[in-house]
This record gives sequence, C-alpha cells and structure tokens, in this order.
Amino acid sequence: MDITRLIIVAVGGQGNLLASRVIGETALLSDVPVRMSEIHGMAQRGGVVESAIVFGDAESTIISDGEADLLVGFEPSETLRALNKCNGRTTVISNLSPLSPFTVTIGKAVYPKLSQIQELIRAKTGRLIAFDARELAEKAGNVMAVNMVLVGAMAQTGILPLTVENFKEAIRTKTKKAFADINLKAFDLGFAEAEKAG
Amino acid sequence: MHKLLTDSPGQKMLLLGNEAIARGAIEAGVAFASTYPGTPSSEISLSLFQMSKESDLYFEYSTNEKVALEVAAAAANAGVRAMCMMKHVGLNVAADVLMTLAYLGCKGGMVILTADDPFMFSSQNEQDNRYYAKLSGLPLVEPSSVEEAKEMMPYAFDLSEKLGEPVLFRTTTRINHSNAVVRLGNLRERKCKGDFVKNPFAYVCVPAVSRKLHVRLLENMDSAREEAEKSPFNLQKGEGKWGIICNGVSYNYAADGVKDLGTEDKVRILRLGFSHPLPEKMIRDFLGNCEKVLIIEEGEPVLEEAVKAIAQEAGLMLPIRGKTPELFSRLYEFDPAMVRKGIATCFGIPYAAPAVPDLSDLPEIPQRPPTLCAGCSHRATYYAVKKAAEGKDTIYPSDIGCYTLGFLPPLSMADFVICMGASAGTACGFSKVTDKKVVAFIGDSTFFHSGIAGLINAVFNQHNFTLVILDNGTTAMTGHQPHPGVDMTKLNMEGYGRISIEAVVRAIGVEHVTVIRPFRVGKSIEAVKEALDFEGVSVIISQEICSLYAKSLKEHKGRPFRVNPGKCKNHRNCIDDLACPAFYLQNERVMIDPELCWGCAVCAQICPENAIVPVKK
Ligand code: SF4
Repeated sequence: MDITRLIIVAVGGQGNLLASRVIGETALLSDVPVRMSEIHGMAQRGGVVESAIVFGDAESTIISDGEADLLVGFEPSETLRALNKCNGRTTVISNLSPLSPFTVTIGKAVYPKLSQIQELIRAKTGRLIAFDARELAEKAGNVMAVNMVLVGAMAQTGILPLTVENFKEAIRTKTKKAFADINLKAFDLGFAEAEKAG
Repeated sequence: MHKLLTDSPGQKMLLLGNEAIARGAIEAGVAFASTYPGTPSSEISLSLFQMSKESDLYFEYSTNEKVALEVAAAAANAGVRAMCMMKHVGLNVAADVLMTLAYLGCKGGMVILTADDPFMFSSQNEQDNRYYAKLSGLPLVEPSSVEEAKEMMPYAFDLSEKLGEPVLFRTTTRINHSNAVVRLGNLRERKCKGDFVKNPFAYVCVPAVSRKLHVRLLENMDSAREEAEKSPFNLQKGEGKWGIICNGVSYNYAADGVKDLGTEDKVRILRLGFSHPLPEKMIRDFLGNCEKVLIIEEGEPVLEEAVKAIAQEAGLMLPIRGKTPELFSRLYEFDPAMVRKGIATCFGIPYAAPAVPDLSDLPEIPQRPPTLCAGCSHRATYYAVKKAAEGKDTIYPSDIGCYTLGFLPPLSMADFVICMGASAGTACGFSKVTDKKVVAFIGDSTFFHSGIAGLINAVFNQHNFTLVILDNGTTAMTGHQPHPGVDMTKLNMEGYGRISIEAVVRAIGVEHVTVIRPFRVGKSIEAVKEALDFEGVSVIISQEICSLYAKSLKEHKGRPFRVNPGKCKNHRNCIDDLACPAFYLQNERVMIDPELCWGCAVCAQICPENAIVPVKK
C-alpha cells in the first residue's frame, strides 16, 4: 500500500492529540496500517505539539524534512514554522486564527502578517487551504472543536486513505459522548470550508 | 474497567507505546511494579497505577529510582514477577542496586525498563543506557516498534525467570511516545504472594559470597548468549552482499530506506532485539555473507565496536562502517531520510535528497517556549527571592522540575542545574569557594528524591546558604504523580502515610526554617530577607498548590483580576517582572486574560498604582 505522510502542528491545549487519536482510530476502522508519534514539548505549559502520522506500508513513525504529503497547522505561525516538513507538492491546511506567543503579547516580538504567512506557504508548497477554524468551531457550538473542524478539512482533501464514514464513526465512538454532536458538526463545517477552497 | 485489562485476545487496539508496554507486562502476569516518574517513561507507570486500583496488581511510586529498584528486587527475589521502570538518567540513581543485583539475580521474573531520550526532548542528557547492560552483565532487549514492545514484555519476563536474573528493557522516546495498532494477547495469571527462603551464601553480598556470585554471573552471560542466538527477536531480512546491522527504531528507518532505494535484493538486514550479550555466532555468519556492512544505531557505537571485534576475531576483513562524519553521528536521534542517505552513501547507491523548499526568506517566527502556568506558585516565590536578594551578588543553583523553566528571562532564576537533587549539594560547594550569596531551589518531590542528603551534608559541614523548597504538593512536571509529602486523601486514596517537609528539615537540624505562602508577596519577601541574613544553612519552604494540579482536583477558588485603565500608568512592572502568560497588550495597554488568570493576586500586590483589581462578580 502507498505511503501517506501527515504532520499536525499545534499549540498545547488545542486538541491536537485528540485529533491524532481520531485519525488513528479511523485508520484502525478502515484497516489501513497506521503509525504515529507525538512530541508534547510540555504541551500544558504552552509549548508546541507535533504529531507525525504515517499511513501504509512503512515502519517509521516519524517524518523527515521535505517528506510530508499533508501538513495541518492549528495555528498560523506554527504552520509556517513547520514548512521544513513540506515539499513543492505538499498540501497545507492552516487555521488562520492566531494564538500569539507570550513574547508577542507583551510586545517583545512581532507576529508575522497573516497575509504574508499565506503568501509564503502558497509559494513554497503545492496548495494551501486556509480559513478561520476557530470561527467554525464556535459555529459548531464549542471553540474547543477547532481540532474536528481541521479533521473535516483533512478528510475533504482526499489525501488520507480514509473515508468520511469511518471518520464520523471514529468521532462518534472515540470522542466524549457529550461533545459528539458538536464534533460531528465541526467536522462537516471544516469539510465544507475545504470544499469551498476548491 | 481499565482498557488495558480487557480480556479479549486477538482484539486490535490503538495504543501509545507506553500503554502497549504496560499491557505487555500485564499479559506477562506482572504482579508488582515500582517507579519514580520520568519522561518518556511516565505513562507506563501511570497505566499500571490506574490498573492497580482495580486489580490485585501492586504498584508504588517510590521515593527515587534506587529505592524503586530495591523494592522490586526484593519482590522478585521472593518469587513474584516484578517490574521497575524509569527514565534513562534514573538508572544512574539506581545503578548501585543494579550492579550487585546482577550478582544476586532473581527468582520471579524481573524486568527493569530504561526509557532513553535521544535528542533530549525532555532530559538533561542523552546517555545511551545500552552500556548498563555491558557494565552489569545483564541481558538487554530493545524493541523496534510499539507492537513489538508489547510482545517483548512476556518474553523478557520468561527469559528473566529462565536465566534467574533481571532483564534490562530499553526503549527510546520514539517507542514510548508512538501509537500503533496492537493485537491483544492472553492474560497470564498474577501471582501476588511470594516467599523468601533464607540462603545467606547466595543473598548476602559480602566479598566471599560475591566472588562466587560473579562467577555465576559470567556463566549466566554464556547462557544468555545462547538464548540470544535463538531469540525470535534477533531477525534477518533480505538477501545480498551488502549488510546492515541495526537495533531499536533505527531498524524502521533502515527497512524503509532499503525499500525506498529499491535495493531489497541487494541488502540484508540483521536486526538485534536481544542485543546483550550479542549472538556472536549469528553475527559471524551474517558477516560471512557480506562484502560490506553498515551499522545503524542511534547514540553510541555500541554495536559497531562489538561487531568490529567479532570480525577481527573471525579474521574477516570486510569494511564495517557506522559512526563516521559522512555517515552517522553519535548526536541526537535519527530520521528516515538521514538513514536512507547513510545507506546510499555507504553502498554507493544513487540517491536524491528530499526537496525541502528554500526557507531563507521566512520572517523571524516568534519562539514559543514552554512557560510557567498562570498562577504557578514558582513565579511568586522567584519574585520574592529576587526582591529579597536585591543588591546582593547571588548564585542560584537549581534542580529538575517545572521550576527549571524559570531559568529564562525575565525571571532568570537558575544558574546551575545538573541532575535530580543536585541543587542542595552544589550549593555547598559554591558557598564554600565564593563570597556570593547562594540560594538554591528544589521541588518537593525532588527534595524527597535526593535533595535531603545534600541538606544533611550542608548542616553537618556547616555550609552557608539558603535552600528554598518549592512545595506545590505534587510531582508537577511529569504529570502530577504523588510523592511522600502528598495528601493522598485528595486523590481519594487510603492507606498512605504523609511526610512533613518541615518536620524533616527541622529534624535534620536546620536552625532557621520558615514556611511561606508565596502569594502573600510582602510577607514572603521579608521572610526570605531574614533567611538570607542568617549565617549558616537556612531553609524556606514555599507552600502553594500547583495551579494545574488544583485545576485537576477542582480545587481552584481564585477570582480573575483585571487592569483598571484609569489607574494603570503603563510602567509594566507586572509584565516585566512576572511574565505571567495571562498578560497581553492591547493598543499598547496592559490587559489580563480572564480565562487564563488564576487569581493569585501577585501582580495586584506589586503594581505601584494599585491598578490591578479583582473582576467584579
Ligand atoms: S504544572 Fe504546576 S508547577 Fe508546573 S508550571 Fe504549571 S503550575 Fe507551575
């Protein structure tokens, strides 16, 4: 089976690990070989969290520079920071709602312009799908559902060897019961948004 | 029921490496487990801790790794299957036990797990603990994948019982923190009660006994070598005149690399999962089939040196490559592209490097280092010490924990950090040979772990410094595990004692001891000043619960604060001195994020304009 490589980057607390978990469970449901690794970097203390997910017949659980097929950034400056994982064919999905690092919020560093971030990513990769996932999560009923919005967008690209039905089944069974409906709605909104991006 | 206790062999489950290891131990019938928490091993013990609450498995968080290993060693020598796990540097602490336990051996199966951390994702060094197998003479197994980590656990227990000695089980971060689909196996029954039969000439390591036991250890190594020769975990793959010998996660990158390069018919791989003692015959035969061999191993050239020695003895002249400037480094971790390139370079295979886009025109992206949480008591304590020490020339030896994060500006409150417990010991040396004021910091869990000995030393040798014990009621950094000073009733757990840090410090004979509440800023500064003025050893115990822990216990009572824009004169002392993540600037004015603010009120106390006030209910 062909190998597909996905990198997800996020800031601690954005629910990246749950997103990876849902993707892993989806692969298990789909009988697609999957391996993933996580670097937490003291997630709960505001550090960066990175997951690498490898589908198909590979033994490795990590992804080298330039080898991601899909990069998903939960935060725009983190998407930019992870560009070293991409190549000219990589598809990039990025949330456009920034979470400023502390140095920026106290005026000791500057956050790059969102337009500049998007231009740079577009110029250096195959394709960029960028939108405000936070807004869609709020629309779905909970800002914490940013992760499921982005999972929906990932599903829409068709890059991952997984079906929408299985994604939904995994969300239904592997995320908290109380949030399942919100999560499914978030997934749909993310899916539709990526579709719009054409 | 805990998911890892599921009794349905054959079922597939997506598991974290550390969960898979814990499951493997349960499948092996482990009945006794001890640890001191440390990343990347912590979720193994967390899983066992959780399972112990709903089964007859015994689990404990021990005071430190040395104690943990002693506790487990006794259980295993009473015939119970025991496991002891720790991070790589923890084995340094336990090494004294390890080295002679290797002479004593064990009756019940015993597995000692060391979680190494190449690249130092969360450690102070990246030592390669395979050397401990060589140093102690104990067998070593090392899985390459999450699935194999689970499979290897029952094997390691059986092997230990067969050989009558503990087996070392080495993982690296990329095993511990990877996820994969694991097929559950059968659960073996736990035997929780054992018995110890006296036999001083086998168990009391006086010189006369040890001289005999060392002979047995060497004989055991021969038996272990025979086991390694036939171990299913020493496997070969592929055909060809080019050979790769590898271990652990390097195997994954090697196997993928050979495939990507389209050289499966030219390269044979020997993967050593049972890597000490080495299966010498197997390696000799492998070398005999090769014209050139590449050794792929993260860390030190352990395999490389051994394989070269085997080749030399067998009179084999083939080139054997490994750690050289153009191939592999001893530094950090490997990755698939690096290994693919190494294989191509070594064997002269055409190779195209992945096309990473040119990123030289990227703007500077602001860093996002982890910081102390909003409401973290350490920030308040650091502030008090800094104020109290104003005008004094200071040295701040510190220790291992969340508080180490305070080394960054603007707090800049750590000058010297080596290992667990070293703040108290190093403070002794600094205070003796310099004329500076030495103030050392240590966490509560770390104090129990190994700080106590340093403090005793200080009192006995009459050193002159202040030790600040940051008592936040938990082992915060590794995920809020208990320690001997923790109130276990808060976790709804009975049957535990509780040791008072203050009573210990007083009993040691420290004459100047003060307990402070760091959120009371003025009082704390005064108390620290007095401690700094004291000639001799003084101790400040700074008590305030870790805010993240309080949140998980639903104990948080504080009310958020806000900046009154009418009063704020924009001095920004609050931001500059405290760097609390709840602050932000809006139109160049200081604001407080009510979602993040903990309500500790430290900033409200230091604002010269009294502009920071509670949010009205
Ligand atoms: S987890 Fe606790 S000790 Fe660690 S930084 Fe957060 S509040 Fe401080």
